Amino acid sequence: MIIDLPATTTSKVNSKLVHVREQGGATTLGRVLTLVIVTDDGERTEEAIEAANEASREHPCRVIVVARGAKRAAARLDAQIRVGGDAGASEVIVLRLYGALADEGASCVIPLLLPDAPVVAWWPFEAPAKPAEDPIGRLAQRRITDSATDRNPIKALEVRQRYYADGDTDLAWTRLTLWRAVLAASLDLPPYEKVTSAAVTGEGDSPSTDLLAGWLAAALRVPVKRVKATDGEGIISVVLERKSGSIELTRPDGRVGMLTQPNQPARRVALQRRQVRDCLAEELRRLDPDEIYEDTLKGLSKITRARASARTRPDPDRAADVAGQAPKPTAARAARVSKAQNATAKSTAKSAAKPTAKPAETKSAEAKPAKAAPRRATTTRAKSGSKAAR
Amino acid sequence: MTQRAKNPLRDERDKRLPRIAGPCGLVIFGVTGDLSRKKLMPAIYDLANRGLLPPGFSLVGFARRDWADQDFGQVVYEAVKQHARTPFREAVWDRLSEGFRFVQGSFDDDEAFDTLAATVKELDELRGTSGNHAFYLSIPPGAFPVVTKQLARSGLANPTSADEWRRVVIEKPFGHDLTSARQLNKVVNAVFPEESVFRIDHYLGKETVQNLLALRFANQLFEPIWNANYVDHVQITMAEDIGLGGRAGYYDGIGAARDVIQNHLLQLLALTAMEEPGSFRPHALRTEKIKVLEATKPVEPYGETTARGQYEGGWQGGQKVPGLLQEGGFAKDSSTETYAAITLEVNTRRWAGVPFYLRTGKRLGRRVTEIAVVFKRAPHLPFDDTSTEELGQNALVVRVQPDEGVTLRFGSKVPGNTMEVRDVSMDFSYGHAFTEASPEAYERLILDVLLGEPSLFPVNKEVELSWEILDPVLRHWASNGKPDSYPAGTWGPDSADKMLARDGRHWRRP
Repeated sequence: MIIDLPATTTSKVNSKLVHVREQGGATTLGRVLTLVIVTDDGERTEEAIEAANEASREHPCRVIVVARGAKRAAARLDAQIRVGGDAGASEVIVLRLYGALADEGASCVIPLLLPDAPVVAWWPFEAPAKPAEDPIGRLAQRRITDSATDRNPIKALEVRQRYYADGDTDLAWTRLTLWRAVLAASLDLPPYEKVTSAAVTGEGDSPSTDLLAGWLAAALRVPVKRVKATDGEGIISVVLERKSGSIELTRPDGRVGMLTQPNQPARRVALQRRQVRDCLAEELRRLDPDEIYEDTLKGLSKITRARASARTRPDPDRAADVAGQAPKPTAARAARVSKAQNATAKSTAKSAAKPTAKPAETKSAEAKPAKAAPRRATTTRAKSGSKAAR
Repeated sequence: MTQRAKNPLRDERDKRLPRIAGPCGLVIFGVTGDLSRKKLMPAIYDLANRGLLPPGFSLVGFARRDWADQDFGQVVYEAVKQHARTPFREAVWDRLSEGFRFVQGSFDDDEAFDTLAATVKELDELRGTSGNHAFYLSIPPGAFPVVTKQLARSGLANPTSADEWRRVVIEKPFGHDLTSARQLNKVVNAVFPEESVFRIDHYLGKETVQNLLALRFANQLFEPIWNANYVDHVQITMAEDIGLGGRAGYYDGIGAARDVIQNHLLQLLALTAMEEPGSFRPHALRTEKIKVLEATKPVEPYGETTARGQYEGGWQGGQKVPGLLQEGGFAKDSSTETYAAITLEVNTRRWAGVPFYLRTGKRLGRRVTEIAVVFKRAPHLPFDDTSTEELGQNALVVRVQPDEGVTLRFGSKVPGNTMEVRDVSMDFSYGHAFTEASPEAYERLILDVLLGEPSLFPVNKEVELSWEILDPVLRHWASNGKPDSYPAGTWGPDSADKMLARDGRHWRRP
């Protein structure tokens, strides 16, 4: 059921909610949290609501959508209440704010928060630089951003690192959980040797790849190299070096991973890219500060950046052979790339450069405009997420 | 295990990281059975889908059918399609099905077990199961001695190095009385040491049952009144609306008390009545459960404190259903009870004088399992009698299934200008507050087996204590008369109502 309340106030919305509840039975009781979605009004607003509806099947919540409309219009609040089939297991209140009100979202949200229940704020697209100091962010225990949807994901990650506050989290981090689980499990077994170094390869603008490298750097306290791949999507591979050989986890096709360890058969593992609703459901599962995420952000400054070879699709039969050799870029290439990169990368890339890359690989890497490919991958990701939510 | 270095990628503050079982495989005996198709296979797929199984996980089926690996894969596929809880994903399925093997043979066939041993060894090399295997015996207990012996003979039961493990999973019934239970334990323990034996009581895998521990020990609200000072009595009910058609072979001569009270209901009683464990380590939890079971005794005289019944044919829920004696496979004069109710006392300071009523039955009003803690009436009511006529006793009900949750019943004033107090209920429902799809009990339990995490599995001491509690009642029943009859679709025989009426109480209608 969808109820439109044009040009209204929050107290009218509240009394309408009570009315709906009395009519339709106790549908709105027992909610465990309020999820506030902050976005600009537009097509993408629906995508976010759908993802939230899906996630609400696991965490019934009240969803408040703050959609900022045109600022130059007269100040007005349009509200919409969705319950039942149109709202998953939650109840959705969409607040469209126009004019001077557009920047005053928090004042409209406060009266609608559930009593004594935690508040989670989610910016599905562009997020404020300091979520914890945002008026709506201040109301929330947890603040969810998504670096991958930002215009410059890597830059966005730097901003997250600089302004981290307890309760912050990012969906780029949530997308990593499967990878982290497989890697952690691979170290659960003998031989219990120390990892001496690690390398993470992935798309140039994949924030998850950076975070994975940051996590390894923070947890293992060893040098971690972050290698840019020119082919494939998202995270491509992780190599953990140990005395007895290396553990390698690769995912060339974005779906199935291959785990190779010394003296063990190569094992395939399902590592599909996670949809937004799955990530959101995971985020809503915990409401305390994520200390590991904080450590990981700190770890970001410890990683070494390098340019990759294009070898991102290892031949499965060859997987055992290549285990142990991380894709290593040529010194010349690394130098060339570092010029084009920003300051942080520049300082670190030189130390990473070591010889040997096959000529064929070099060729294919040059044939492809490095900048264009990752951009496209980002947009497909956003689209496929919303399709699944539908 | 103890000397294991700390995994640097594991951090206890990292609550996102699931525990994935290490490399391992599962061998199911009796893989063609109902349980295997409806519960085990879907649970394994769901685990894989949630990313909790190790890469290279292998599943070996063992049964008499003449199947190839592909046929077996097809059966699992259909079982998963039909019964799995999580959506079907091709990629997950493909990875999982690569590890399916089927071994054909009967339990006395040496050759078949040698083939099985070879298959398992091959999996170790090919898929890297690293010599870690669990054997799920989804077979009648009569076959346990043969199968365990075969496992020992073919060398499957013994790990070849300290890093490997072998575990065995067994299902109820764990014997039919104390003597047979001891015998069974002996048979199993002769091959597998007790710490490698996992006895599945699927009730303990249910969220709600685990929540009982959270409810009791994480809250300040309930513990102060969780004792004989405030509690009048406790009713633990497990009712089913289905009959026993097709299950005669297993059920005839066993009956409701052995089938349900001995394991499920006594475990629920133990969790309800036990003291707070020092920690949630498996050992601490079991110690408390054993303590409370040791203190539990049936109340005499059994003629008055117990009841049993057998369902008659009739109309139930819009269908005509046959009585037990008309169901195929049951003797025409079968005295197997399909309804059983007993009274227990827990002789501890906390529970002295509080009766625990346990009941279970087939073809009852509806399918429900719940624990109802019924409180004493307020010692003094400042209202006149007429205003509290409709006020019952306060009760806290833990609904184990279906519609898992907790209900609190208390009195409230009826709106109007007279003072009238009536029972109302306050409801917490898992489905509303958290997840619509909490994991199936078998998912949790299979994962715990693979992880070697034994908290949710009863040890043989608990099994034996449960029989000690139940045996006197069973002996009394065996030598005194027959079960009373009750129409299908009702809440049991009159004798059960009289049993409580003698104490001035009545059964809650669940």
